[in-house]
Amino acid sequence: MTNQVDNSKRRFLTLATGAVGGVAVVAVATPFIASFFPSERAKAAGAPVEVDISKLEPGQKIDVEWRGKPVWVVNRTKEMMDNMAKIEAKLVDPSSEGSEQPEYAKNKGRSREDRANVLVALGVCTHLGCSPTFRPDLAPADLGAEWVGGFYCPCHGSKFDLAGRVYSGVPAPKNLDIPPYKYVSEGVLLVGEDK
Amino acid sequence: MSKLQALAGNVMNWVDDRFPATKMYKEHLSEYYAPKNFNFWYYFGSLALLVLVIQIVTGIFLTMNYKPDGSLIPGTNVSVAFMSVEYIMRDVAGGWLIRYMHSTGASMFFVVVYLHMFRGLVYGSYKQPRELIWIFGMMIFLCLMAEAFLGYLLPWGQMSFWGAQVIVNLFASIPVIGPDLSVWIRGDFVVSDATLNRFFALHVIAVPLVLLALVVAHLVALHEVGSNNPDGVEIKKNKDPKTGIPLDGIPFHPYYTVKDIFGVAVFLAIFSYVLFFVPEMGGFFLEHPNFDPADPLKTPPHIAPVWYFTPYYAILRAIPSFLGTQVWGVIGMGAAVMIIALLPWLDRSPVKSIRYRGPKFKVALVLFLIAFICLGILGAKPSTNLRTILAQGFSFIYFGFFILMPFYTKNDVGSTPVPARTTESNTQRQLAFLAYTALAIVGSFVFGKLV
Repeated sequence: MTNQVDNSKRRFLTLATGAVGGVAVVAVATPFIASFFPSERAKAAGAPVEVDISKLEPGQKIDVEWRGKPVWVVNRTKEMMDNMAKIEAKLVDPSSEGSEQPEYAKNKGRSREDRANVLVALGVCTHLGCSPTFRPDLAPADLGAEWVGGFYCPCHGSKFDLAGRVYSGVPAPKNLDIPPYKYVSEGVLLVGEDK
Repeated sequence: MSKLQALAGNVMNWVDDRFPATKMYKEHLSEYYAPKNFNFWYYFGSLALLVLVIQIVTGIFLTMNYKPDGSLIPGTNVSVAFMSVEYIMRDVAGGWLIRYMHSTGASMFFVVVYLHMFRGLVYGSYKQPRELIWIFGMMIFLCLMAEAFLGYLLPWGQMSFWGAQVIVNLFASIPVIGPDLSVWIRGDFVVSDATLNRFFALHVIAVPLVLLALVVAHLVALHEVGSNNPDGVEIKKNKDPKTGIPLDGIPFHPYYTVKDIFGVAVFLAIFSYVLFFVPEMGGFFLEHPNFDPADPLKTPPHIAPVWYFTPYYAILRAIPSFLGTQVWGVIGMGAAVMIIALLPWLDRSPVKSIRYRGPKFKVALVLFLIAFICLGILGAKPSTNLRTILAQGFSFIYFGFFILMPFYTKNDVGSTPVPARTTESNTQRQLAFLAYTALAIVGSFVFGKLV
């Protein structure tokens, strides 16, 4: 038995206590950090919604709420579809290679082929999540003479065409998302489910 | 000595034997020696403390009637949270006054803190040995920004909702972890009731606790090294050989408590004017769209943050997205705030105060001030091509001020050498101060009209 202090043993004990304590801190922090993720209730609240589009006139748009977000349904006219084809050179991703959509909407009009005139898009700007404004008017004063109709985001000036495809030179990096959807009958659309 | 005084003395002795009350009083008030040449700019530290107290007291009373509940009242499209604010405004006795004190206090906090930070900038208060005071101050500034942002969601109006939507989505732009991070912050896939509840918890308890701790650290560090002053002279270098008291120092109490009370009186007069006559400040303190209940399906035509965030918001908007991501604007905005904390190490001038600096720093400071104010004005307006180009130019000046600082401050000293002792103000300096202030106000106004 000696009165000598064993410094290396002390150092080892300090480090070991610190390491074990650190593990405990991480373990205790886990439930607190986990509680910040969406709850089971929030995860479950994603049921598909039915939309009656039988009274949707050509050129009109209606908004429906799906998972708390706006979904647009636009009945595009022949003229709108023709105009969209003309401005493709100004778009970042005209064939939607780098954008989010179901396989059946991965085309120029970004809609199901059998009802190509109906656009179903998530009305949330891919920049910072504002909801762009529907601007079907041709050549309005604020958007310039070359505007052929589309969506304009009031927050940071992003522009999209009537298929939700983003113009180049604006803050939004990619096209608007297209949610899964299907037709349950001639005039009724189901947003959020396509099987 | 009367019996009563003797008793008071005994009580104090009893306390002092158990808690250092008298010692602390002396250390921080009656025997804390502050430089005798404090001027106008030195009001804002104590005023910030006053506003902090106003915010805490009014905040406590607001929580007694506010409900952080985003669910809709059946049969309406108005949430419980929004209605509880309306209830405070209309039905709670004195509620409107308490709420306007809190909302006006939020903006006045930033007025006072921006002026306090500007004081540090012109007199080099961040320089050695006050680097940590500056760092604590920057952390307080970050906490204040968090408080302001979290609190703004609570009324659950249109601007609350869409402002939070935009800011939380900033995090989503971070590569790889971004989308999950933004879901984690919201607690839902959209800004929702879950978001409102956690923002409420953070706003009323978590961030204020951190804020208070940081304020204590800020003051302890300040009282350890002593205050800077408009001459940037270290008063501790010239002490009375007998008493050890700095020759240019005066006790904080009563000299600066009296001075600060005068400042408080003027400040409260201005505060009350805003409170009673223009609580919305023309849409700058309380934005008009926030009087509409939150509607997740409809973005207001023009989203702008409250005025104190607009300089950083303008920087965010000025940076375009490239390489398929818009994270650059977010990085730019974050860097614009964080870079201020590096000032103690960017500034290589041997001189603290602007009074004894050379022309290069003065020019840089004026350019910086112009850039900061103009960015603030641009950030409050909808973007156009011209405004974006202007904002890009001012962003370059903003960052240039910091990044080039090591080069232009090196050996940049003025014609007048730093005096050994503090100097008194004179008419010339006072007139120059008034002229510069008037120029800044008129210039800002003209710029705001022109763009």
